[in-house]
Amino acid sequence: MLAGMVGSIGVLEGGTTGAFSASIAHSARPGPEGIHDPMATLALQASRLCKRYGELSAVEDVSFQVRHGEIVGLLGPNGAGKTTTINMVLGILRPSAGSVEIEGIDIARHRSRAMAHTNFAAVYATMPGNLTVHQNLRFFGLLYNVAGLNARIDTLLAELELSHLRNTRSGLLSSGEQTRLALAKALLNEPRLLLLDEPTASLDPSAADLIRGRIRAMAATGRCGILWTSHNMYEVQETCDRVLFVSHGRILLEGDPKALPQQHGATTLEELFIRLAREPLALPGRAS
Amino acid sequence: MKLRPITAVALRQIYLMRSSPVRIMPMVAWVAVDIVLWGFIARYLNGVASGRVNFTASLLGAVLFWDFFTRVMQGVTMAFFEDIWSRNLINVFASPMLISEYLAGLVLTGVTTSFIGLIVMLIIASAVFGLQFAALGMLLLPFLLVLFLFGIALGVLASAMVLRLGPASEWLVWPIPALLSPFVGVFYPLSTLPAWMRGIGHLLPPSYVFEAMRAVVAGQSIQIAPLFISVALAALYVLLACLLFTAVHRYTVRSGLLARYSAESVS
Repeated sequence: MLAGMVGSIGVLEGGTTGAFSASIAHSARPGPEGIHDPMATLALQASRLCKRYGELSAVEDVSFQVRHGEIVGLLGPNGAGKTTTINMVLGILRPSAGSVEIEGIDIARHRSRAMAHTNFAAVYATMPGNLTVHQNLRFFGLLYNVAGLNARIDTLLAELELSHLRNTRSGLLSSGEQTRLALAKALLNEPRLLLLDEPTASLDPSAADLIRGRIRAMAATGRCGILWTSHNMYEVQETCDRVLFVSHGRILLEGDPKALPQQHGATTLEELFIRLAREPLALPGRAS
Repeated sequence: MKLRPITAVALRQIYLMRSSPVRIMPMVAWVAVDIVLWGFIARYLNGVASGRVNFTASLLGAVLFWDFFTRVMQGVTMAFFEDIWSRNLINVFASPMLISEYLAGLVLTGVTTSFIGLIVMLIIASAVFGLQFAALGMLLLPFLLVLFLFGIALGVLASAMVLRLGPASEWLVWPIPALLSPFVGVFYPLSTLPAWMRGIGHLLPPSYVFEAMRAVVAGQSIQIAPLFISVALAALYVLLACLLFTAVHRYTVRSGLLARYSAESVS
């Protein structure tokens, strides 16, 4: 059963960068200015990222790219290295090796410039609960030096149906409302790279659908690349253009979430996920 | 450095104070209590000494200066702690804001909150106890500047310490002014101290301020050179504290402490 999967994995492990480069050459879409140069359309390029804590390797030789207009799902079991990878992209965790470029800007050398093009929402990074919705957005809007901030806040409040909660303290919001606020914060600076770490984790199906729709619409503009982590395989299949399976700090598999299960003898993405999560040690070149 | 991220840090504190007046109380209540307490002690001592020594100027002036210094320090640390208490460090440090902008924002917050306390103290000390603060004349500026700079330096140092050691180390911050006070001679001349304590005192900029203040109260001439030394020392400590904070931030990014900062204590 794993034979087909192992083939793909072997390619990725043997030459990850090459495999991704080929993927880009095949499917690069025009950027917002109609530029077809693949390098010009990259929102994010992570190259050979490693993070080691002493003997422990949290992320090992991970390379991937996110293009504008693309939603890339970063999947894997708990402790696989997803959040570590996102933290390195956000510049709050320095890689032991490798590099991260956002919009072609190396974050190790120009973190502030790179972060001006980036934003994120994560369940573990909630907004200060003692500020109101508007105060939070104003605070972060100033941090991100957003031009026309008042108008931008009004637009986002309306789009995410938060206008009536404008003067409500964030700590009093429901999970769904807090998620929408986090998304509003993440969209404040109209980022070219948006990182979403389980953005719908605590939402009811209706609220999650609203968020997914908003994110898909944002990607459809072609101005923004999105890196999304989720444990909801239905959601991933519906939303992501491409997925990366991560386990034990390595990318094991990459591809179209709708086609991958069939390519690897699974009926659903969830089945494939479970198999990869439980059997990563059976992969070639790894200790069993 | 951009102005808007700097103002964001201070604006956040203003929002918090505006929404919860309880937050204003600590800024004015303790300093008011201190001034009232020491004001009456000074009034009593003035009576005992039959006017031979002006305790109002020497004691109450010293308390006022010392409280101003501690308020500056606490203003800086409180703004930093706000990000810890609201688990906002990742949001803040994942933004484009530079560390220098963040520190400038903490300082701006410290300025705002400490001057509120200073105004309250001045009003009570002059209106109730007749403290003639204007008698210090132009010396008031270097005095306040030294205390202000040293308060910023200690506030940034304390923030760096908590960033490195974790939220549980917060309790180490509050006693810092009390630990320093015996060495800087808030209420007595440095000559009272043993040599080793005097040596430490000379490294602490506020000691020069309190020595000069006592000289003014006693009608003695002021030596300008020590005041310049204290300004230079205080500015040097601000620089060193900012460098330390930057180094600690780099360490937390490298080691992963920042990304996992919600932990109660960090090794």
